[in-house]
Amino acid sequence: MNIFQLLGQSTLKSLAKLGRSSLFFISILSGLGYILKHPNLLIKQLYSVGVLTFWLICIAGLFVGMVLGLQGVYTLSTFGADSSLGIMVAASLVRELGPVVSALLFAGRAGSALTAEVGLMKATEQLSGMEMMAIDPLKYIIAPRFFAGFISLPLLAALFSAIGVIGGYLAGVELLNVDAGAYWSQMQSSIDFYDDIINGIIKSIIFAWLVSWIALFEGYDALPTSAGISRATTRTVVNSAFAILLFDFLLTALMFGAN
Amino acid sequence: MQYRSLEILVGFFVSIAIAALFFLALQVSNFNALKDNGSYTIKAHFDNVGGLKIKALVSIAGVPIGRVTKINFDTQNYDALVTMRIDSRYNTLPTDTSASILTSGLLGDKYIGLTAGGLDEFLKNGDTIDLTQSALVLERLISQFLFNSSDKSE
Amino acid sequence: MISIRNLTFSHGNRKIFDNISLDIMPHKITAIMGPSGTGKTTLLKLISGQIKPDSGSILVDQQNVPALSRSKLFTLRKKMGMLFQSGALLTDMSVYDNIAFPIRAHTHLPESMIRTVVLMKLNAVGLRGARDLMPNELSGGMARRVAMARALALDPNMIMYDEPFTGQDPISLGVLVKLIQTLNHTLGLTSIIVSHDVQETAEIADYIYLLSAGKIAGQGTPEALNTSESAWVQQFMQAKADGPVPFHYPTNDLTTDLLANKKQ
Repeated sequence: MNIFQLLGQSTLKSLAKLGRSSLFFISILSGLGYILKHPNLLIKQLYSVGVLTFWLICIAGLFVGMVLGLQGVYTLSTFGADSSLGIMVAASLVRELGPVVSALLFAGRAGSALTAEVGLMKATEQLSGMEMMAIDPLKYIIAPRFFAGFISLPLLAALFSAIGVIGGYLAGVELLNVDAGAYWSQMQSSIDFYDDIINGIIKSIIFAWLVSWIALFEGYDALPTSAGISRATTRTVVNSAFAILLFDFLLTALMFGAN
Repeated sequence: MQYRSLEILVGFFVSIAIAALFFLALQVSNFNALKDNGSYTIKAHFDNVGGLKIKALVSIAGVPIGRVTKINFDTQNYDALVTMRIDSRYNTLPTDTSASILTSGLLGDKYIGLTAGGLDEFLKNGDTIDLTQSALVLERLISQFLFNSSDKSE
Repeated sequence: MISIRNLTFSHGNRKIFDNISLDIMPHKITAIMGPSGTGKTTLLKLISGQIKPDSGSILVDQQNVPALSRSKLFTLRKKMGMLFQSGALLTDMSVYDNIAFPIRAHTHLPESMIRTVVLMKLNAVGLRGARDLMPNELSGGMARRVAMARALALDPNMIMYDEPFTGQDPISLGVLVKLIQTLNHTLGLTSIIVSHDVQETAEIADYIYLLSAGKIAGQGTPEALNTSESAWVQQFMQAKADGPVPFHYPTNDLTTDLLANKKQ
C-alpha cells in the first residue's frame, strides 16, 4: 500500500476513534444522576484514584519545590535578587509545575491503573455480564471513575503547589539563608489570586477532564487480549502526556499572554 | 478494606487538599489585599512613565495605598495618562498632592510615590493630580550631565 | 416464546447468518450446535440485544429485540439470565456479593431478605458453603455454577448457556448437566444451550438446531438427528473425522507437492 493510502487510513481511524470517544464521554455525563443516587460508588473510586496517589504527589511536590528553591537561589544571587526567591518558586509552581507535573504523575499512576482495570473487565466479559444483568456498565463502572479522577486531580494539583512552596522555603530559607520575611512578603504581593491561582486551578480541571477521559476510553476500547490491554495502558500515558502539554501551551498562551 | 475506613480516608484526603487551596489563597497570593473596602479612582499625567506597569504599587510615605489600573497615551496632551485605584480608607489626600514615578531598590520595579500637599480640599473619585514628576530616563540624565559639564567649562 | 425470522447478520464481508429462522419452545431445553466459529455465541448476543442484526426479527415475549430502546431492552434483560463461557464473575467481590449484585441493583430488598435469596440460589447449585470465597479462588466448574446462581438471582424466565461444558472434567460435567436439566424442569425455565459437546447436550436437549455456514443444516430431537439421513449431520453427531467436512484443507495432491519441492 502506498503512503497516501496509509495516511488516509490512519486519519480515518483517528477520526472514528475521536467520534467514539466523544459519544463515550456523553454517556459518562448521563451517569452523573446515577452517581448522585449511589454516592458509595464515587467514594470508593475517590479512594483508589485520589487517596492512593496522595503520597506520590506530596513527595514529588516537596522535592520539586526544594529543587526550585536551590536552583532559584543559585541563579538569583548572581543578580543580588535572592529576596525574590519566593515569587519565583510560587509563580513556577502555581502557574505551571503544579498543574502539569501533577497531571503527568496522575496519568502515569492512576490513569494507567484505570485503563488496565477497565480493559481487564472488558476482556473477562465482566462488562458484558453486567449488561446482561441489566446494569449499565457506563453508569456503574465508568462514570464513578471519571468523576473521581475529575475531582481528585485539581485537589492533588493544589496540594502539589502548596507543598512545593513549603519545599522552596525549606531549601531557600532554612538551607541557604534567604530571608524568610522577604520570601513570603514578596510572594504575597506579586502572586495574584485570580490571575495565578485561579488560572492554575482552571488548568488542572481541564487536565483532569482530559486524563480521566483518555484513561477510561482507552480501557473501554482496548482489544480484549493481554497484548491489547498493555498497549492500551501505554497509549493512555502517552496520549495523556501529549494532551496535557498541548493544552498547557494553549491555556498558558490564552491566560498569561494577554498582558 | 472496610467501607467505613475508606470513607474516612477519602474525607481526610479532600480536607487536606482544601486546606492546601486555602494555604495557596491566603499565604501565597495577595488574596487579603483584594478584600475590597471600596476604592476610588484618580488620574495623573506624566511626560514619561518609564517602565511603570499596570498593577504597580501606589504608595504614600512608603505605605501602599493602591495600584495602577490603566496606562494610556493621552492624544490631547501628547503625554501619558495613568489611572490609579486608591483604597477608600485613604480619602484625605489633598488636591495638591504630587505623584512621582520612583524605582524600588536597585533592580526593582517602578512604582508611584505620592507626597501629600497642604490644601484642605481632598481628592475625590475621578480627580486628576496636577503635580507630577516623570520617571528618570537614563539617557536624558547623561545628556543633562554632559550639557551641564560643558556649560561649566565655558 | 422466542421466534427468529429471516435473520441476517454479517461481520465485515462474512455472512454469519444468512436468512435463518428458528423457534425456541417455552419451558424446554433447546440446543444450538455446530462447528467452532459458526456464530453460536453471536446468536446469543443477538437474542439478548448486545448486537443488532442486519435484517430480520427476533421476537422475545412478543417484543422485537433489535427495535427496542435501551431502557426497554434493559427491562427485558431482567427476565433473561445469561451464563458466559468464563462465568464473567466480578473479580473484586466475593461469591455472595456477586450473586447479591443484581438483586441490590434492581430491587430495594432489605439485606436480610437478600441473604435468604442468595443462600437459596447458592444451595440450588450446591455451593452454599463457598459463599465467602473470591472468584479467583474458585475452580472453573465452581465459577460456572456460581455464575449460574447469579443468572438465576432475579428469577428470570429464560436462561442462555454459552458453551457450559467446554473444558470441564467429567465430574463437573456431570454436575452441570444435572443442574441444567433439574433447574429447567423445577423452575419452568426456557433454556438455550450453545455448545459443540454433542454427547452431553444430546443427553438433555429437547430439540437441537445444527448451524453451519450461516444456515440451519439440520434440526430435530436428538433421536431424529441421530438417525438422520444427511451425511453432514451424521458426521457431526457421530464425531467422525472425515466426511462432508473434509480432513484435508483444500490443496493439490501429495505427489505433486513433494515433487515440486525436489525440482527447486
